[in-house]
This record gives sequence, C-alpha cells and structure tokens, in this order.
Amino acid sequence: MKKKIAALTVVLSMVLAMVLTGCGGSSDKLVLNVYNWGEYISDGSDGTLDTIRAFEDWYEETYGTPVTVNYTTYPSNEDMYNKLSNGAVSYDVIIPSDYMIARMAEEGLLQPLNFDNIPNYQYINESFHGLYYDPEDMYSVPYTYGIVGVIYDANKVDEADVGGWDLMWNEKYAGDILQYNNSRDAFGTAMYKLGIDVNTNDKAEWERAADELINQRPLVKSYVMDEIYNMMESGEAAIGSYYAGDYFTMQDAQADSVDLKFYYPEKTNFFIDAMCIPTCAQNKELAEIFINYMLSEEAGIANAEYINYASPNKLVYENEEYIEEMGEDAMEILYPELGNFSELYNEYAYRSMDVEMLDYLNSLWETVKLN
Amino acid sequence: MKSLTKRPGNGSRTALAPYSLWAMLFIVVPMVFIAYYAFTDNNFQFTMENITRFFTTVSNVKNPDGSVEEVRTYLLILGRSLKLAVISTAVCLLIGYPLAYRIAHARKRTQKIMMTLVMIPMWMNFLIRTYAWMTILQDAGIINNILSKLGLKPVHIIGTEVAVIIGMVYDYLPYMVLPIYSIMVKMDSGLIEAAHDLGCGTLSVLRRVIFPLSLPGVLSGITMVLIPSISTFYISQKLGSGKFFLIGDAIEGQYVANNLHFAAAMAFILMIILLLFMALIKYFTSRYLYGGNAK
Amino acid sequence: MKKVISNILTGLVYVFLFAPIVVLLVFSFNGSKSLSVFSDPSLYWYKELLKDRNTLETVRNSLLLATTATAIATAMGTAAAWGIDRLRSRWYRTAINTVTDIPMTNPDIITGISMMLMFVFVGRMFGARNSLNFWTILIAHVTFCLPYVILQVLPKLQQMDRALPEAAMDLGCTPFRAFWKVELPEMLPGIVTGAIMAFTMSLDDFVISYFTSGTGFETLPIRIYSMTKKTVTPKMYALATIIFFITLTLLLISNAIEDSDDKESRKQKNAKND
Repeated sequence: MKKKIAALTVVLSMVLAMVLTGCGGSSDKLVLNVYNWGEYISDGSDGTLDTIRAFEDWYEETYGTPVTVNYTTYPSNEDMYNKLSNGAVSYDVIIPSDYMIARMAEEGLLQPLNFDNIPNYQYINESFHGLYYDPEDMYSVPYTYGIVGVIYDANKVDEADVGGWDLMWNEKYAGDILQYNNSRDAFGTAMYKLGIDVNTNDKAEWERAADELINQRPLVKSYVMDEIYNMMESGEAAIGSYYAGDYFTMQDAQADSVDLKFYYPEKTNFFIDAMCIPTCAQNKELAEIFINYMLSEEAGIANAEYINYASPNKLVYENEEYIEEMGEDAMEILYPELGNFSELYNEYAYRSMDVEMLDYLNSLWETVKLN
Repeated sequence: MKSLTKRPGNGSRTALAPYSLWAMLFIVVPMVFIAYYAFTDNNFQFTMENITRFFTTVSNVKNPDGSVEEVRTYLLILGRSLKLAVISTAVCLLIGYPLAYRIAHARKRTQKIMMTLVMIPMWMNFLIRTYAWMTILQDAGIINNILSKLGLKPVHIIGTEVAVIIGMVYDYLPYMVLPIYSIMVKMDSGLIEAAHDLGCGTLSVLRRVIFPLSLPGVLSGITMVLIPSISTFYISQKLGSGKFFLIGDAIEGQYVANNLHFAAAMAFILMIILLLFMALIKYFTSRYLYGGNAK
Repeated sequence: MKKVISNILTGLVYVFLFAPIVVLLVFSFNGSKSLSVFSDPSLYWYKELLKDRNTLETVRNSLLLATTATAIATAMGTAAAWGIDRLRSRWYRTAINTVTDIPMTNPDIITGISMMLMFVFVGRMFGARNSLNFWTILIAHVTFCLPYVILQVLPKLQQMDRALPEAAMDLGCTPFRAFWKVELPEMLPGIVTGAIMAFTMSLDDFVISYFTSGTGFETLPIRIYSMTKKTVTPKMYALATIIFFITLTLLLISNAIEDSDDKESRKQKNAKND
C-alpha cells in the first residue's frame, strides 16, 4: 500500500511539475487578452511566423517591457457575443464578423478606436471604408474577408448543372449534398436561390426560405460545419457550400478519386471579419498596438497564408511573394474582379437583426432540423 | 459524559462543514438559479411563458409521403432524445453486464489489466474520439473500405440512428461496466457455489443470485449512462450528420441564441423529468430488492 | 467451447473500444491535412505540435485544472465521507446524500448552464468585469468531481470495523493518531480510486467547461470545439496519441508497482504463518 501511495505521489508531482514549468513569469507583466475564432491566426506551423509570439517579441524589443498575449478562441460569433454581453468575460481585442460588429456597436459594447495608434490602417483598401456595419469607420479594422461559394467534385457532378444555387437542390445528386449546420448561412443559401433579401423583416419570406430548406432536406447528406473538409476531401459528398479560401485547404488534401472545383453563384454572401476593442477592454492602447501589428506586412502575410481568406490589406495582397505563394488560381478565386466592392457588399452581406427576428429565425431553424 | 467524546459523531460536523457549505453554494444555489431564470423574463419579472412555450410550440413536419403534420416541437424533440437514450442504455447494459461479469471472474492480474483497458479510452478527449468514429463510419470510411475489399455490399451508417447510438454506447460504456464490476468483484463466491450445490443451474444462479445481488451496480450504471446520453449535443451533431435534433441541441441552440431564460426553462423541465424518472427506478428496484420496504 | 465464444465476444468489445484509438493513431502520422484521406506516413504533425505553443498551453491548462480540482475534491470529499459516516442526525444525512446525488443525476448541460447563470448573475450584482475566469471553471470542476470521491470513500468506511479506531484510542492513541494509523489506511483504496476518477472526469469534461470558462483560460476541449469553422487537423490526433502513450505507461507502471506490493505482502503473510 505504501508503495501505492509513493507511486501516486510521484505521478502527481510529475504532473504538477509539467504544469508548473513554463508557468513562471511575474504577475505585473503586461497582459493582452485576445478572443478570436478557432484556427484563425498563424500559429507558426510549417515554418511560418507565429504572429502572437512575434508580437510579444517585437513589443518587448520596441518598448522595453515584456507583454503576454492571452489568446482564447470561440466557435461562433454568437458564443462570443453571449459571454461578452453578459459581462462574463473581458477581452482587449476581439474579431467578430460584420453583422455582429453592427449589433455590438449599437448596443454600446464596442469602443471607438484611436487611429493614431494604428497608422497601418492607411494600407486598408478604400473599398472597406464606410461599410454598413461601421459607417464612420470608428470601431473596426478589417482582418479578413471573403465570399461564399459552392465546392463540387467534378468527377461526380455534371459540368452542365454547375453555376447557381440550384445545384444544391438538384435531385440528381440526392445524398451527395452538404448544407450548413448554422441557421444564418443555411437560410442564406435558400434566400439567395429564391432571390429574397437576406435581411428582410418579412416573416412570410423567411417561411418561404424555411420551406425551401425543408424540401432540400431529403437530398442533404449531412448538415456540416468543419466536417465539410473531410467529407469533400474523401469523396463522401460531392456538393457543398463554404467560405472561398477553405476550398484550397480541401483541394490540397483531396483523395485521388476526387477532383474538387469551385464557383461563385451570381448572388451570394460577402463577409468581413474585423478587429475591434470591446468596452470592457482593460488595456486599450496596447490593444491598438496589437491591431496595428497585425496589419504589418510580416504578420498580415503570415495570417493571410495560414487562414487562406482574402486580405483587405494592400501590404498583403500587393506583395509579390504572397501572390506567388498563393498561386494564380487561388488569387483569382480570392480576389475576383468585382467592380464596385462596397456596393455589392452592402447589398449581399448579412445584417444584424433585432431580437424578435432572431428568435423567430431560431424557431424556424428548429422546424427545419426537426423534419 | 466523558465517554461520549469517543463515540462516533465526534468531529463529524467539523469534517462535513466545508463540503456542506460547498454543496449549498455550488450545487443547491445553481439549481435555484435555473428555476429563477426559468420563471422570469428578460427583465426578471415573473412569467410562465417559458414553461408554456415548451409544451405548446408547434411546427409543421412533412411526412415522407408529402403530407404535412402538426407536432409539438419540444415534446417531439424530448421524445426522440428519450428514445435514443433508452436504446443506448439498453445496449450498454447488454454489452456491459457480461463484460463486467467476465472481468470480475478473471484472474486478479487480468482483472486489473482488463479494467484499465476499459478506462483508457476515456483519457482521450471525447471530441477527438467522436471525430475518429466519423472516419470509421462514413460511407467512404474504414468499415466500407473493408467491406468492399471483402467484396461485400457497403453499409450506410453515418447520419442514421445507429450511428448516434454507436457513438453514445462507445462514450458511456465504461460508466456501465465500472459500477457493475465493482459490485460483482465483491460478491461472495461461496454464495454462488452454495446455490450450485443446492442444484441450481447456471442460468438459474444468474437469475436468482447474481443478478439480484448486482442490481445496485446495474442501477447506478443505468443512471450514469442514461443521464449523459439524454443530454448530449456533440455526438448527434457529428455522427448524426446534424439530422438528429435532440434536447441537448435545443438547449445549446437557445443558449447560443442568447435566450438564457428559455434555455433555463428547458433545462428545468428536463431536470424535473429526470428526477422523477430516477425516483421511479429507485422505488421499483427497492420494492424488488426488499419486498416493498422502500428504504 | 463456451469459453472460446465468451473470449471472442469479449475480444470484440475491446476491438470496439479501441477502434477509434487505432484510427487516430494511424492518422496522426498522415502527411496531409486530412482526417479521412491517408496520403503518406510522416512525423510532420508531431513536429508541428511541439512547435505550437498555443495548443501546448491549453494542454497545460487542462492538466493544471484537473490536478487542482482533483486535489481539492479529494481532500474535501474524504473529509465529507468521514463526516457522513459518523453523522448521527438522520435528516442531515439524508439531506447530504440527496445533495450529493444531484451532480450525478443532472446532465452536464444543466450543471453547466446553472453554474454559468449563477456566476454571471452574482458577477453582475458586484459589477465584475469578468465574472467567468479560472476560478469559476475550477469551482465547477471541483463540484462535479466531489461526488465521485465521496461515493468511493464512503463504502470503505462503512466496511470498516467501528471498533478499530476506538480500540486504538483505548490503547493510548490520540484521536488524530488513531485516524492516521487505522482509519486512513482503510480509506486509502477508495481515496485513490476516487481521485483517479475525478482526474479522468475533469480532463475529459467539455460541456461544463464550455459554459463556465472565461477570460484567458482555455482548456484543450474548448480549443478543439472552437475549431468548428475551420478544420480539426491531425495535429490534435498526434496530441491524443501522445496522451494515450503517456497514460498507458503510467498505468502500467502503477500496476507493476501494485503487483510487487501484493507479492511482498503475501511473502510477509507467509513468513508470519511459518
């Protein structure tokens, strides 16, 4: 028995030692709390720049004081909003999507930025100024953007059927179609298909979209988020809609029998994720310096290459090395010739809806899932 | 009265004090908060609306033949969750009971190794384990690869009830094996031999001696499997291809939509149902065990 | 014949239990980013994992949380079990037993939501900036670990001969010494099992952590769940594989030590009998 105790003590102290090593560091160190999507920043894999560590090093070199970035992740805008709006957490930098920025700004959850601390903001493409979610460019600095498209397996899908949202409702491919497992994006596909305004307050229109989704249900193989990667790569499914840049990740890993291709339907969703500082931030200036650093050439390129989404930053998308690294095809898909971006964006982006409509949307979604 | 100090009871309250306080603050009070949120609206005014909403919300469901049927949304969801949970629990019992029996009757050394092997999968993260099941069960997954190599017809498992049940059974089987095993291993083997000597057949010994004696373990096994399988939301999302909307999904969905009060109401109702369920099971087994003397 | 069939069936159950583990073991050596298409074997993801300080930090957080929660729950739970065993008041005992049952009969999602509601409400009352933090997730973990410890220790006390500690005291032991020399060794197997269960539960928990975690403290399961917009990479499989082998080694070592322990005590017994 005594040996058992001894063994347990050894094991426990080993675990504790593992835990405590690297735990050092004085408490009066500067701390920056960053809250971001999962897998949404370059983490130093494959010899790339670990942008968080790079920021810590750069800050210490420049200002002489060490800083620790406390980096935490969330699975969706709504999760982040819940924790923040309930006063459950306090962060210095968050990276929500456009419609969530609009909602949070309206509810007074965001602080106006001091752009004197963010000189790199000048490199943001002018098309990203004055967009609906932040008309006066007070609260946000764009981080990534993208367009929703359709990915399909050219070995299974007839080229003639390709082009619009109809492909996702095509009975020929019953059991090979993937739909979003998140209400807003799923309704989006149906509404763009039917030509309904995705931000309408007309409940009848939403119901029409819900019917369309219910009709699609027998054809759907699976309602997915991240599962789409494995399903498309392995040929488990043949058609699915997702965010443009993610297509490259899937293509890189596709099985030999699979030939993934991508297109934009005529009407589709545009999204922007932007860096903001919430009102509960404890170190606003440090947060602004962090945001500025993320706009620097080095960090911007590392992040853009890691995330695979388009960057609004001229230092990134005009950089020769970046263009070469991404390749011609990828550049064409990520940065299509659109004419007037702001106008298209304002027309097709999701907007924030009031609480009653959100609740209604949620119950419609439950009905779709119930069928 | 000096001798009293040596009697049991001395110091018991002091030893219990920290736990009592802790249990009060962090077990009882949170339950009160669930009830409080369930019966209030966003301005913390009393309301029954959240509770009635659970029972009265209806939605239209299309049958496979195209006809439309009106159903009570949340009752249907609850019913489906119960059904899957009960099936999973039954399967866990069917697999777990013989396994626990087998382990309990192995040599001491083997017992330890076999129990360790049952526990080890729990040390892998459960999200990761579920992910691995997707790779196995997919239409183009490992099972079908093996089947096609053997020249057999592929099977479609992912996205069906079977897949969700496999996931639940896999995740919760150790919870069934553990309590049954720990009772069986303590069982007096003399009793079983005596029953044999008195002319009982193997089956009859199992039915008349072993099973009744192991019942408390079976009971806690059932509880420990049923509870988590009713409320899971990750397994149904991943292995059910997002097509099985269970009560856990509904609660999580309302939380994500920031409807804390309605989420609390659903949690409250689920809690009451489970408490009743458990009380019933306890009542019937104690009647079975002690012949009506509910202890 | 019967034996063979039973062996085969038992074997099948173990195949079922280890199938996903084999899968993640194999795919952790995948050269590509996919979890379903195996391209060519490589150690790439292990190298990536060791460089990824963010992920390693969440592992460290998970271990820190599980160790602390287990230590607190074991100490408090053992004391509680000892107290419950000697409690004379009937209603107090019933009350405590009922309350101890609650975390076991409540689904994770209800425990998580109820705690979150309480922390947030209390936090608001005091105008706290971040009402969810390391301490709240620790409290939650201690709370759901406690019943496992109590339910493991209590039976050992009930099996113990009540006269033993009293006899020790009659022979001149102080109450503390009697506890230390007589009662604690009786309780120890229960304490150890309870602690191991608590540690396992805490490490594996996702749902309760999801609702009660807050600023700047992220555990591994939460990090994995947050990957739902982007993809889960084989890096996580590499991590799981490493954890698997560490666990396996630790358990084998502890089994081996116990075996030698058993042998020794048997020897001692035999020596005494001679």
